[in-house]
Amino acid sequence: MAILTQVSRREFLKVTAVTGAGLTLAVSVQGCGPRGEGEAATASGPPVFLPNAFVRVAEDGSVTVVAKHLEMGQGSYTGLATLVAEELDADWSKVRVEGAPADASKYNNTLFGPVQATGGSSAMANSYQQHRVAGATARAMLVAAAAAQWGVDAAGLTTEKGVVTNPATGKRLGYGQLAKAAAALPVPENVPLKDPASFRLIGRSAPRLDAKAKSTGKAVFTQDFTLPGMVTAVVAHPPRFGATVRSFDATAAKAVPGVKDVVQIPTGVAVLADGFWAALKGREALTVEWDESKAFRGSTPELFAQYRTLAAKPGLVARKDGNAAANLGRGKAVEAVYEVPFLAHACMEPMNCVVQLSADKCEIWNGEQFQTPDQMAVAALTGLKPEQVSITMLFAGGSFGRRANPKCDYVLEAVSIAKAIQGRAPVKMVWTREDDTRAGWFRPMYVHNVKASVDGAGKVGAWQHRVVGQSIMKGSPFEGFIQKGIDPTSVEGVTDTGYGIPHFQVELHPIDLPVPIQWWRSVGHTHTAFVMETMMDELAAAAGQDPVAFREAHLGNAPRHLGVLKLAAEKAGWGTPLPDGRARGIAVHQSFGSFVAEVAEVSLENGKPKVHRVVAAVDCGLAINPDNITMQVQSAVAYGLSALLTGDITLKDGVVEQANFDTYPVLRITDLPVVEVHILPSTEPPTGIGEPGTPPLAPAVANALFHLTGKRVRKLPVGV
Amino acid sequence: MIELTINGKRQSVDVAPDTPLLWVLRDSLGMTGTKYGCGMALCGACTVHLDGDAIRSCSTPVSAASGKKITTIEGLSADGSHKLQQAWVAEQVPQCGYCQSGQIMQAAALLSKTPKPSDAEIDAAMAGNVCRCGTYQRIRAAIHRAAEA
Repeated sequence: MAILTQVSRREFLKVTAVTGAGLTLAVSVQGCGPRGEGEAATASGPPVFLPNAFVRVAEDGSVTVVAKHLEMGQGSYTGLATLVAEELDADWSKVRVEGAPADASKYNNTLFGPVQATGGSSAMANSYQQHRVAGATARAMLVAAAAAQWGVDAAGLTTEKGVVTNPATGKRLGYGQLAKAAAALPVPENVPLKDPASFRLIGRSAPRLDAKAKSTGKAVFTQDFTLPGMVTAVVAHPPRFGATVRSFDATAAKAVPGVKDVVQIPTGVAVLADGFWAALKGREALTVEWDESKAFRGSTPELFAQYRTLAAKPGLVARKDGNAAANLGRGKAVEAVYEVPFLAHACMEPMNCVVQLSADKCEIWNGEQFQTPDQMAVAALTGLKPEQVSITMLFAGGSFGRRANPKCDYVLEAVSIAKAIQGRAPVKMVWTREDDTRAGWFRPMYVHNVKASVDGAGKVGAWQHRVVGQSIMKGSPFEGFIQKGIDPTSVEGVTDTGYGIPHFQVELHPIDLPVPIQWWRSVGHTHTAFVMETMMDELAAAAGQDPVAFREAHLGNAPRHLGVLKLAAEKAGWGTPLPDGRARGIAVHQSFGSFVAEVAEVSLENGKPKVHRVVAAVDCGLAINPDNITMQVQSAVAYGLSALLTGDITLKDGVVEQANFDTYPVLRITDLPVVEVHILPSTEPPTGIGEPGTPPLAPAVANALFHLTGKRVRKLPVGV
Repeated sequence: MIELTINGKRQSVDVAPDTPLLWVLRDSLGMTGTKYGCGMALCGACTVHLDGDAIRSCSTPVSAASGKKITTIEGLSADGSHKLQQAWVAEQVPQCGYCQSGQIMQAAALLSKTPKPSDAEIDAAMAGNVCRCGTYQRIRAAIHRAAEA
């Protein structure tokens, strides 16, 4: 979804109009209703000061930041709280976070227009200004309240750690003591923000606010949420995409102790029971006959063969500079075909959702990543208005994009179950690991065909690049981004390359396939960075040049690429000797506005790649929380390495061949290299960090493998 | 009725004896700190202690836990002050956090038998616990920190 950060709001409004959304525009922080919102009492006492939609101060001095972005591991709650607390001069030990309700009029992602959603590594980028203004406005009101109480000019007062001080008298008042008085004051506009030089929290690695709850089992995920009288639903899904229920016999299922009901829904047959185990036993006892007349029966090898055939033919032109075809013959030419598979997100928490449906409202509790699309889809399904659909955002046990589903799949399935029982009981729908793996919504499989050549001066003169694969945007709320048949997420990372290449052509063959697909941590960059950066390495070899020097020579107009490339090479000791049997590989890539270069040190153990060390250099603009940036890059490297080594979803006669962690293995502690992260100091506005560490990993390792074995990696995964 | 001793407290539950301990903890007793991840003892999110040994509660019938001492993340310490929990916070281990109860219980069983584990011993003990956020490097650091505490 990188593209979402690059479009104007007006374009986005046009896009969302497609979905029939009747949404109001986001209001500015200053314009938010000052009082009477979010009256729910916190554990630490009733809030009395609610200057805007993002912060509340209670009489006990506790500060609650209302987070509009899902916390799925990426540190959004801590980051958003840091922005507010910085300008508020709050006491970090008294800062709490709670998830915002679904209300795009207050909590929209400003980079997505009037849509409330988390994604595209945009939480900090879209909140940086907004949340600082929220904090600064609240601070100004607390200071004004203190000034009024002391009968002094507010300009002479200072704030630190939740206390207003009058330096002239030494008098102090805590924010809690001032909250009530501040609440009665008008909300000021155009409050000045701090000079970054005086930041106390931003740039200082404020510790994660959720670390203790997540180390004691107290953090509440959807899987943990319960309501009185709630039933658990497990769904029998068809074995193939496109199949439907022909008939079912629930006699044996209903005989299982604890099973309450068995209902047909559009996506299968749901067994409702007291608790998960009874529901699962009920599903095992259920007999369903599927109508597979319209089912998809494709198999992976045939699909790749079809894609390869297409990759040999011209496609839709996504970018054209000069004349690549005419210039490919000049100098040394390299041609390669790359294949990457379907990938599952495989979040630790399989998809689930809690729903309570009544005549006039639908209440949802979920690790909610896609509030506005989900609200609208649920409204359409239930006949309610979007504002009658309330969503409580809980922690998500990972997502990597999965919980922002373009068709709202699992949320709609849960609501369909509640609808099928006419809302007689609250429903917790729980997918098993196998359900989750086989449901689809994969990172699409792709084939790339690249021809490129280096001229006598050792520069890349021409590059012709064809991508074959499904469109993620098609059929999603973002379909409007597809222009002239080009889904920008299919070619991002190629069309916006930092390399200066005079004759450059990018083509796309969009594929229609009934296998559900969606964005997966770093979206198109998951495959384009692998192809671009292994091809650049191959061209460097063809030119007889060092891979770092060769890249540098092509990054004359890309200073931020260059910055991280040089830093990673330096910190990794590029060019220094390694023990026998080890080799280094490098890659650099920009995604979501952030620049990351990675150097991987690799050996072979029993013929399989073993990655020992990854050195990453990152430029994500101003570093709001350096330790979180380090954490996210470590995480992104692990996620990318898992896919590179073993990530492989395959279809046989339309059936997904993987189901659990035995058939879809993921990275374990024994496979993890040491990951060192170096952050380039920057005063540029902050950009994303949840995703950008993933794209360079696969090519860095693949390039190291080449230097080790002399064989190019052109098909993923490599470790199986 | 099946009699259980969980975190030092005696409980009786009315469930089929083949019900996995995980679902007794979560659905019958409302102890949701122990997580469901795979149901096949492949990911370790459901790890609890049975007489001090780390076991996968998703694949352990409740009948097999009767008469033994069950310890869950809720019982590891009264207030989150177990040295591993403190180390987990100090090293900023959790990201999404879903697997961490299981990781901590697995690590606690390791430290009870191997108070000062090497990296290799940590890897061997923790290899059955999956973290999709890839927090393994910090898990290792936190176990070392707790071992030194």
